[in-house]
Amino acid sequence: MSNTSPSVVPSGAKPKPFITPQRVLVYTVLTICAVFFLFPLYIMIITSLKNIQEIQSGNIFIPTMTPTLDAWEKAWNSACTGLYCEGVKVGFWNSIKITVPSTIVSIIVASLTGYSMANWPFKFSEVFFTILLLSSFIPYVVMIYPLVIITRELGIYSTLPAVVLVHTIFGLPLLTLLFRNYFASLPQELFKAARVDGAGYWQIFFQVFAPMSVPIFTVAVILQVTGIWNDFLFGVIYAGPTNYPMTVQLNNIVNSAQGGKAYNVDMAATILTGLVPLAIYFFSGKYFVRGIAAGAVKG
Amino acid sequence: MHSVSVKNLTLKFGSAEVLKNLNLDVEEGEFIVLLGPSGCGKSTLLNCLAGLLELSEGQIHIKGKNVTWAEPSERGIGMVFQSYALYPQMTVRGNMSFGLKIAGLPKAEIAKRVERASEILQIGPLLDRKPGALSGGQRQRVAIGRALVREVDVFLFDEPLSNLDAKLRSELRVELKRLHNRLKNTMIYVTHDQIEALTLADRIAIMRGGIIQQLDAPQTIYNRPANLFVAGFIGSPAMNFIKGATVDGGKRFTFGDVSLDLAGYEGGAILDRPKAIIGLRPEHLTMVDAAIPGHTIPAVVEIDEPMGADSLVWLLAEGRQMSVRVPVEHRPAPGKLVHLRVDIAKASLFDETNELRI
Ligand SMILES: Nc1ncnc2c1ncn2[C@@H]1O[C@H](COP(=O)(O)OP(=O)(O)O)[C@@H](O)[C@H]1O
Ligand SMILES: [Mg+2]
Repeated sequence: MSNTSPSVVPSGAKPKPFITPQRVLVYTVLTICAVFFLFPLYIMIITSLKNIQEIQSGNIFIPTMTPTLDAWEKAWNSACTGLYCEGVKVGFWNSIKITVPSTIVSIIVASLTGYSMANWPFKFSEVFFTILLLSSFIPYVVMIYPLVIITRELGIYSTLPAVVLVHTIFGLPLLTLLFRNYFASLPQELFKAARVDGAGYWQIFFQVFAPMSVPIFTVAVILQVTGIWNDFLFGVIYAGPTNYPMTVQLNNIVNSAQGGKAYNVDMAATILTGLVPLAIYFFSGKYFVRGIAAGAVKG
Repeated sequence: MHSVSVKNLTLKFGSAEVLKNLNLDVEEGEFIVLLGPSGCGKSTLLNCLAGLLELSEGQIHIKGKNVTWAEPSERGIGMVFQSYALYPQMTVRGNMSFGLKIAGLPKAEIAKRVERASEILQIGPLLDRKPGALSGGQRQRVAIGRALVREVDVFLFDEPLSNLDAKLRSELRVELKRLHNRLKNTMIYVTHDQIEALTLADRIAIMRGGIIQQLDAPQTIYNRPANLFVAGFIGSPAMNFIKGATVDGGKRFTFGDVSLDLAGYEGGAILDRPKAIIGLRPEHLTMVDAAIPGHTIPAVVEIDEPMGADSLVWLLAEGRQMSVRVPVEHRPAPGKLVHLRVDIAKASLFDETNELRI
């Protein structure tokens, strides 16, 4: 009788007020976050659509009346990096050549290692697990120089295989943990049933577990693709100038001092570089959340 | 030749001994139930039989062959799990034929076996569904089908009915019994449910702390429990235990002011034991109005619990709680003084010091 008027008979779901303190808080925080990330993107997009005179004379916050894609075309095809004027497309293809093999190799190795650790315990597998756990916390900067020497001794320093190798190695600890935890969270009886059915190591992996593991593979792909695509350091150090990934090229374009600053081209090149991870998050966000929830929580 | 034979099996997880020097011989076509409280090592024993756990010591023989080191699929066993453990991405047909495909059986043979199993289990209409689209009972049927198509000698069941609701459980229980009558395979069945054990088993192995306490036919286990643990574990409502002593050279059992005549007790030499326990099942006591010296226990009615066909009456005798099962029309009024007539031929006596049946 306290908060409903006497004429309303309580029945079914209790009506809830639309504005509650929790909602106000949640929406405020979400709005601030969205503005924080979207506002720079807005500036970049409108700037990339202007021509250089408009940029120099106009207001940075106001979109142009005569949008043009010239800057985008220039950024992709003919922006200069100091030596060459071939745009970011060279870097784009380099990044593809680095990201695709690194992602595939690291996921194959990590999923098999994680599966072995979770389901085929070997002597010292727990010790191995602990080492892996600790090694994912070591700052990778300390390994840069040793890896330079190792790749040099292998005769691959400053080549595509070198940077692929380095990305694969650095992806392994985290990915292996991810897969191990996911496979450990699958019902043990399923594994036993497959053993009784006569399935071996590979058959259980490919025919029973892998089809159930789409979410975790999706998470792994997203982590690797975005991580490797966004990488700058390893690209600069190990890839060699002809294989510089897109991030390095972008840096060279933005920093090359030829005449006045072409802000519109810089903006377009930046957006182009960020497009791949953005698209991946955009199209697979649902699976990403689902996979993280499925795999990473249980230990 | 035994169908399954476990010899001196010991299993340790680290330093914890879960199964201790366990021996078990199962005859051809026998339905053996491993019964015990949760954590007593039933599943562990079953996993050892299946080859899913490595023994610390001992051997396992199936059909006279030492399979201690053999792979699960080489042992001639099929297994059904409590959680069904169906492969979620495969259809029912795929689930049932998975093992056969791996074994490299010809397509026609696989189809024939799946056909036969699905006919036995009446899951024909479900063959093209995924497990996610099945009810619990249907899933467990499919899991049984997956064991069936292997056409093995020994079936292992690990609490196959425990995830089902009461009605389905009793239905499937009957079906399992029918299946066993039809196939005549050896079945080893793990459960913590004594009703399942009593109804299904040819012999029950009662386990506790990794040790088989008693291995006998259900009626023997029920009527002649080998020790106090078995006596208390089997039977619902539980057996009444009364502490007392045997006197007069084992002719009488006394507690408080009560003295019971032990003539007609079926067991070993009773002797004089200062610490003894008599076990009386609620269904083996009858309520009478007048005392019969040496054969009745006086008691005062506390409450009664009607259970449909009969009623469980709780009483106080010499300050001890006791229960008696009576026909529902004989329910006495609370507070009434009655006399409980003891059928000594159905009673069990235990020595309190070693808890063994006398
Ligand atoms: N993988 C394992 N590692 C360590 N201890 C285990 C493992 N599996 C089972 N145990 C222990 O062994 C005992 C018996 O377990 P189990 O056979 O599953 O019992 P239940 O009779 O309920 O099936 C329990 O105390 C359990 O904690
Ligand atoms: Mg169990």
